[in-house]
Amino acid sequence: MVKKSDRLKKAEFSASYPKKVGRFLLSYWWMILILLCSVSVQVWASLQLPNMMANIVNKGIVGEDQNIIIQTGLQMLGITAIGGVAMVLTGFLSAKIGTGFSQKIRDAVFEKVESFSMNEINKFSTASLITRSTNDVQQLQQVSVLIMRMVLQAPIMAVGAIINAWNTAPNMTWAIGAGVVALFVLVGTLFMIVMPKFKVIQKLTDKLNLVARENLTGLRIIRAFRNEKYQEKKFDRVNKDIMKLNIWINRAFSFMQPIMMLIFNGTILAIIWVGAHFVATNDLEIGNMMAFMQYTMQVIMSFLFLAVLIIFLPRAQVSASRINEILQTKLSIKDPKNPEKLDPKKRGLVEFREVTFTYPDAEVPILNDINFVANPGQTTAFIGSTGAGKSTVVNLIPRFYDVSAGQILVDGVDVRKIAHHDLISRIGFVPQKGVLFSGTIESNIKYGAPKIFQDEVENAAKIAQADFIKTLDDAFQYHVAQGGSNLSGGQKQRLAIARAVAKNPEIYVFDDSFSALDYKTDAKLREALKPITKNATVLIVAQRISTIKHAEKIIVLDGGNMVGSGTHAELLKNCEVYREIARSQFSDEEMARELATIADEEAKK
Amino acid sequence: MSKQTDALKKIQANKPHGPAAMRLAEKPKNFSKTMKQLGKYLKPYSFKLAMVMIFAIASTVFAIISPRILGNMTNQIVDDYVKIQVHDQIMQKMPEGAKIPEGTTLKDLMKQMGVTSDPAKIKEFNDQLDKMSDKQRRELESLDLSKKPDMNWQVLGETALWLIGLYILSMFFGYIQGWILAGVTQKVAYKFRRDISEKINRLPLKYFDTRSFGDVLSRITNDVDMISQTLSQSLSQMITSITTIIGILVMMLSISWQMTGIAIITIPLSLIFIMLIVKRSQKYFKKQQDSLGAINGHIEEIYAGHNVVKVFAGEKQAIKTFRKYNEDLRESAWKSQFLSGLMFPIMNFIGNLSYVAVAVVGGWLAINGRINIGDIQAFIQYVQQFNQPIIQVANIANVIQSTAAAERVFEFLGEHNEKPDPVAPLILENPRGDVEFDNIKFGYDQEKEIIHGFSAKIKAGQTVAIVGPTGAGKTTMVNLLMRFYDPWSGSIKIDGVDTKEMTRADVRKNFAMVLQDTWLFHGTVRENLGYGDLNATQTQIEAAAKAAHVDHFIRSLPHGYDTVLEEDAENISSGEKQLLTIARAMLADAPMLILDEATSNVDTRTEILIQKAMNKLMQGRTSFVIAHRLSTIRDADLILVMNNGDIIEHGNHSELIAQNGFYAKLYNSQFAE
Repeated sequence: MVKKSDRLKKAEFSASYPKKVGRFLLSYWWMILILLCSVSVQVWASLQLPNMMANIVNKGIVGEDQNIIIQTGLQMLGITAIGGVAMVLTGFLSAKIGTGFSQKIRDAVFEKVESFSMNEINKFSTASLITRSTNDVQQLQQVSVLIMRMVLQAPIMAVGAIINAWNTAPNMTWAIGAGVVALFVLVGTLFMIVMPKFKVIQKLTDKLNLVARENLTGLRIIRAFRNEKYQEKKFDRVNKDIMKLNIWINRAFSFMQPIMMLIFNGTILAIIWVGAHFVATNDLEIGNMMAFMQYTMQVIMSFLFLAVLIIFLPRAQVSASRINEILQTKLSIKDPKNPEKLDPKKRGLVEFREVTFTYPDAEVPILNDINFVANPGQTTAFIGSTGAGKSTVVNLIPRFYDVSAGQILVDGVDVRKIAHHDLISRIGFVPQKGVLFSGTIESNIKYGAPKIFQDEVENAAKIAQADFIKTLDDAFQYHVAQGGSNLSGGQKQRLAIARAVAKNPEIYVFDDSFSALDYKTDAKLREALKPITKNATVLIVAQRISTIKHAEKIIVLDGGNMVGSGTHAELLKNCEVYREIARSQFSDEEMARELATIADEEAKK
Repeated sequence: MSKQTDALKKIQANKPHGPAAMRLAEKPKNFSKTMKQLGKYLKPYSFKLAMVMIFAIASTVFAIISPRILGNMTNQIVDDYVKIQVHDQIMQKMPEGAKIPEGTTLKDLMKQMGVTSDPAKIKEFNDQLDKMSDKQRRELESLDLSKKPDMNWQVLGETALWLIGLYILSMFFGYIQGWILAGVTQKVAYKFRRDISEKINRLPLKYFDTRSFGDVLSRITNDVDMISQTLSQSLSQMITSITTIIGILVMMLSISWQMTGIAIITIPLSLIFIMLIVKRSQKYFKKQQDSLGAINGHIEEIYAGHNVVKVFAGEKQAIKTFRKYNEDLRESAWKSQFLSGLMFPIMNFIGNLSYVAVAVVGGWLAINGRINIGDIQAFIQYVQQFNQPIIQVANIANVIQSTAAAERVFEFLGEHNEKPDPVAPLILENPRGDVEFDNIKFGYDQEKEIIHGFSAKIKAGQTVAIVGPTGAGKTTMVNLLMRFYDPWSGSIKIDGVDTKEMTRADVRKNFAMVLQDTWLFHGTVRENLGYGDLNATQTQIEAAAKAAHVDHFIRSLPHGYDTVLEEDAENISSGEKQLLTIARAMLADAPMLILDEATSNVDTRTEILIQKAMNKLMQGRTSFVIAHRLSTIRDADLILVMNNGDIIEHGNHSELIAQNGFYAKLYNSQFAE
């Protein structure tokens, strides 16, 4: 218990994890040594029994010695007990090693991923990282326990049993070889035939899932177009394919067990037949013939266990290499070794100087030569069609990615020279989708500022127009499910805004955060934000002109280039792209009115 | 981001170890009812299942007899061996060169020796003979000593041939059994999946309001797989196990009741141990599954929100939580691993105990001539085979657990379907598109009425705009019109006919629908457009695409109309998806239209195209538009203003402005200055 709390206290980045899955086993070297010993004892015990049985038959029964029978019996009991203890020890050690091993890997993988930038996340894709951290690690644990408990003893057992068999009847050992070879040929061929089909099954299952999922996500459309039958037929086709293939595979497999038994029994029969010849010529004692049969069974069983390994090992290897890939990933964005101090006079100033950015693996840059200064106390907005690079601009500020050329300065210092913690502590970021974490509403609002008081939490919620909290059962203590799935999109978005507000940052970034809100809430929210952002730098990415109309500076992006910069009025006058956007969002009437108002204002000036 | 969350859903649905493994510890609620239902699915195959049973029993019986016969072979060898030994010993004692006359038996020899030899030695020899069974003794006494005896190869060979025959028969029966069973179980699984897939389309939409798709999907894959696995493994295993246990018991008893008694004593012992272990390991197993669920959930949410974690410096907190879960997981995992792993060594130990006991007692019995060595050998083989079926029968617990999977499937299949269509439905010939709402009352929740008696008349060709703030329940009107849901009371009439008097399919035939959720499926563009009218010709499809301004775009795709759209059509943009759904609705060519106008996340140029296409679609159709555009709203013949689920105002633009109510406020805050 003491150990456990110690471990938890050390929750910091520890870069000292090995880079390869196998190395995690090294810290268990002494346990593994004991494990090897206990497995050997276990094997030794199982190998003793047939010998002693032979002793009972040869000396006890044929030699008619009651004492030998009882003596040997007692010895066998002792050996069985020793073997049992060794087995329990093996089980204990393999459970300890296997689970500890996977715990360490899981820790290492998770911490590594936490140190990733968006570059690395995108390289792997979130979905793949999740399977790697969960299923792949689990797979390794299962296989390692399996190997330690079942497979490790197989080669030792096989060698021991063959030696013993050789000692009891050297001239019959070939029978064992024949049996093993026959089994391997059989199991091998069967797997060669069936294994590729398993991949097909996996593909078909995916397809089945796809069709079923499609049906579920399109319930309304399917019913609207009355295509239920069409959809059912589509499902049925895949369903039939799966059935046929499954029947085929299962039938192929139902061949295995019976024929394995045949080979097994055939081998034993052969041993008796051949053994009888040696017995007739006095070259073999009967008890030894029986012992030999048992050794044969042990050898064949060991090889079967090894065959199990052949099935599991490739899968484990794939899992291991997928985990290794994560552990060996070089971080593309690192904290500076000697971070520079920020200029206190430039509090909140964000400056882009000739910034060009290309996504990894992309051919063309998504941003070209972006230059602007976002001043404290002002709102700087970004607008443009999808794919114009608006979100990318703001994603560069907290270093989700690093620029390909040029530089970004916050408080007068290049972001790459600021300690990461320093940088993000100044930014209140609201992402496109309101991502929440499981916990309570309060814990989510406090996420970036754990130490704030209750009234500050409530205030942040109020500013973010999250009035719905009051209507929830436990208000701020309302349980938020994983990923916030028990809240609506608009509610999540508001809480995400409250979370940024609670941090009281000097730079606010709203990455298209208002589109999930209706016009009315959007307007109210912007009104409420005004007083608290009086001295802060506000950066807004938006789709709707109405959201950003009043910004001090609007930057228009088109195909990654800055095609306009200025106020709403200026842009309506000078920027064609901006006008086009406006026209698509306003009716002709409104457009005319907009232009008239602008003309009025100018006239006043 | 949406790609990521979708991918998450996919993973959750496909995860092989996730939900299924988690459910292992689930207890069935009503075992016998589930079994009855399962029985119905198996009934068409009762003949085949009977065959499976017969073949399984036959295969097992043959497999059980064979060690006994093998033992007889050993006995034969032992007997012959003893003869050889006796002959050799006697020959050694004979003076060199002495010949035994032909036909001299051991008995003859002993009579002769009784005259010459040491009486003590003869007594010893007689004692040995006394211990032998009568048959052995008789054979030995009538042994012709003039020839060197050999193994009785003929008997041995015949027995071996018998055995080979038995082995092959047993294999053959075993294979046939597996062959039939594979067909039955997979066909049952197929039927389950088909029934579920059809059930999806029969259930009222209400059912899906409260359930995740992942849940339904996991019933189709994980649960059905679990059932078929249980059927194919457990069914034949149960039959063979029980046959094996009985068969082995019979064979053991036929060899020696004393030894059988000793072997059986260990059974309750092992059962007690198994029960104890299973009980304890279950507890930790459940804990392990819980921790695994917690840790996987944490991973999913933290990875999916990576940028938020980064920008709010949540890494340390995330790692701390992770380590806690991870430690919990290890704690329960090693215990459950260890405990469940104990089963094997303990069974093995107990198995070895009976092995030793059999060897000792058997040896003692053999010395006293009560049984033969071959019998001991056979008996040992039986003892070794005895443990496996017992473990399997003990595993019936697992079978019962997997009925939880069957229960989940039956639960889904047993949900109430949509109310059936009327027996004699009314059919609209050439509908005009007049719509009337007559005192509609409706709520999603039984207790909460949200639409309190709404009435309105809409003439063919008119446009109805549905407006209101986010979450005001604007899709409710769509749900009612399309009869995805039925109103509690009141009626909706098309051309004067109550939609409840029509079949749902006929109601829906009158509407074309374009939703904000641009659902397209994995298939070609042509197939997706043709979804609006499955009988549409190539020209009709292309005409619809042209009308929707999407023909040009489609032709610019790598394979034109035959380009395959990926799942969720991720390979085209959301604006293009919207255009395709408009074209699909065009093709459906219905007198009425349901349209969701929201066009966020679409670039300007596409937005203009969408606008044009939508306008064209609305021409000449009675249109219900979830409206966001001022022009649509103002030009609408009727505006339904919704808030908190209810229609709070309705009328045209100028009327509503004049009312100076909710609409006026909404209008002013959103559009006016």
